[in-house]
Amino acid sequence: MSYKIPMGPYHPGLEEPYKLDMICEGETVVDAELNIGFNFRGIEHLAETRNYVQVIALMERVCGICSFIHTLTLCQAMEKLTGLEAPPRAQYIRVVMAELERLHSHVLWAGIAAKLMGFKTMFMTCFALREKVMDVLQAISGNRVNYSMNHVGGVNRDIEDPIAMVPMIDELEREMMRTVIPIFTTSSTARSRCAGIGVLTHEKAISCAVVGPTARASGIPQDLRRDAPYAAYAEMKFEVPVEQAGDVRARLFVRALEIIESCNILRQALAKMAPGEISSAGEKLVFVSGTATSRVEAPRGEVMYSVTWKENSRNPARVHVRTPTFANMPAVRWMVRGARLADTPLIQASIDPCYSCTDR
Amino acid sequence: MIALETIREKLGVSEPWVESRGTHWLNPGAANIRDVTQAMNAAGARFVTITAYELPGDAGFRLEYHWDLQGWLLGVPFQITANSIESIVDLIEAADWIEREVHEGFAIDFTGREYVPLMLRPGDKPGVNLRVAPAPDEPASGLQGQKEVAK
Repeated sequence: MSYKIPMGPYHPGLEEPYKLDMICEGETVVDAELNIGFNFRGIEHLAETRNYVQVIALMERVCGICSFIHTLTLCQAMEKLTGLEAPPRAQYIRVVMAELERLHSHVLWAGIAAKLMGFKTMFMTCFALREKVMDVLQAISGNRVNYSMNHVGGVNRDIEDPIAMVPMIDELEREMMRTVIPIFTTSSTARSRCAGIGVLTHEKAISCAVVGPTARASGIPQDLRRDAPYAAYAEMKFEVPVEQAGDVRARLFVRALEIIESCNILRQALAKMAPGEISSAGEKLVFVSGTATSRVEAPRGEVMYSVTWKENSRNPARVHVRTPTFANMPAVRWMVRGARLADTPLIQASIDPCYSCTDR
Repeated sequence: MIALETIREKLGVSEPWVESRGTHWLNPGAANIRDVTQAMNAAGARFVTITAYELPGDAGFRLEYHWDLQGWLLGVPFQITANSIESIVDLIEAADWIEREVHEGFAIDFTGREYVPLMLRPGDKPGVNLRVAPAPDEPASGLQGQKEVAK
């Protein structure tokens, strides 16, 4: 006999509200239904009522973790409608901020995953490390969460001595290599909780069009930083980690390897940072009529903004946001099929879901 | 790029792809959305999203379908006047959530699929969030006024 177990919308196993109704036979999940919308704030509608300065502050609040990425994507789209281009130094600063945000997001995720594995010591280690990443973000932007770094045509704050930041990145990388990565990749606790569970096959990953580490852990080698470079990524040398197994462990491995690659990109960006201005924006922005789209590789995968403007208007006519979790979440249904009920909190967490982004 | 030309030829479209602000656009001509989706699937393109725009007056809606092909962003626009367009969920399951979201935001029907609420809670009605003109089953009041007040 099958029975339905609801997890959420408010549940100790979830960090944010959503609802997973699992149909079980004994301890085995045979199917699941997903319900979202508990965080819906109507941000796309609100954006139509904000001017070109206010809308950046608004979209920064779509997500508390990748707030920089959202304003970067929005500003890149708005730059296409104003004909402005961020100067080279601003492009490098955008890369630095984006990679620090990726580190922050991946380490935060590692902490949450450790907690769900029942590995509380690792949770504390990850969160201590996350503080160090946030210290660097604060040193650059003055803020710990919503950084207010982007504007149309550049960035708001310079990194006055980029080379002085390299030791901080080295220290972060050392700590990751010494604790987080070895423990996650070699400990028997992590292996027993992650290997072979929550599998998303390569075929299913293609048909669900998943993005980011979720796609790369199922053998899909896609990464916009390499495939459609933006900011200064075309000048960075880095690898795109890809795993084939499609299970929780593969998603963990991909993120662990991405942490190393992010440190590598950060060192390059800080060393190569071009001198010069950080903004090309004038007093007033002039928008042309039309639609512009922009895509960025966020920590969780591809973010896409479509922005439409009517000439001489101060407000956008439409802002549409496609977030990575919106693409990845439907695949959770396939990941939990056949899984043990006790594994489902970790399986859903393995895509690093952000319901704040998804609901907007 | 050869794959783009293959898609265009498969759809029987004579107009070339046009690059604008980083997106490669194709005017589908007589091809419908299901033909386009099948051509994109055959080319190995990854479905990205659907963006809906409400057009002024009685002009209806513009739906922009986006795919990614090896890092190239492809866009195919469709203008609809009858509040409905064929669903592509049976051809590409990644379109499921966005079709449901567009349905709820603009009260556009995607025909040929079963509809399950995505964001809406019991008692909510499609078209409240993003649509300016009254939805087909809504009284002609309220929404336009709400947007004007907000501005």
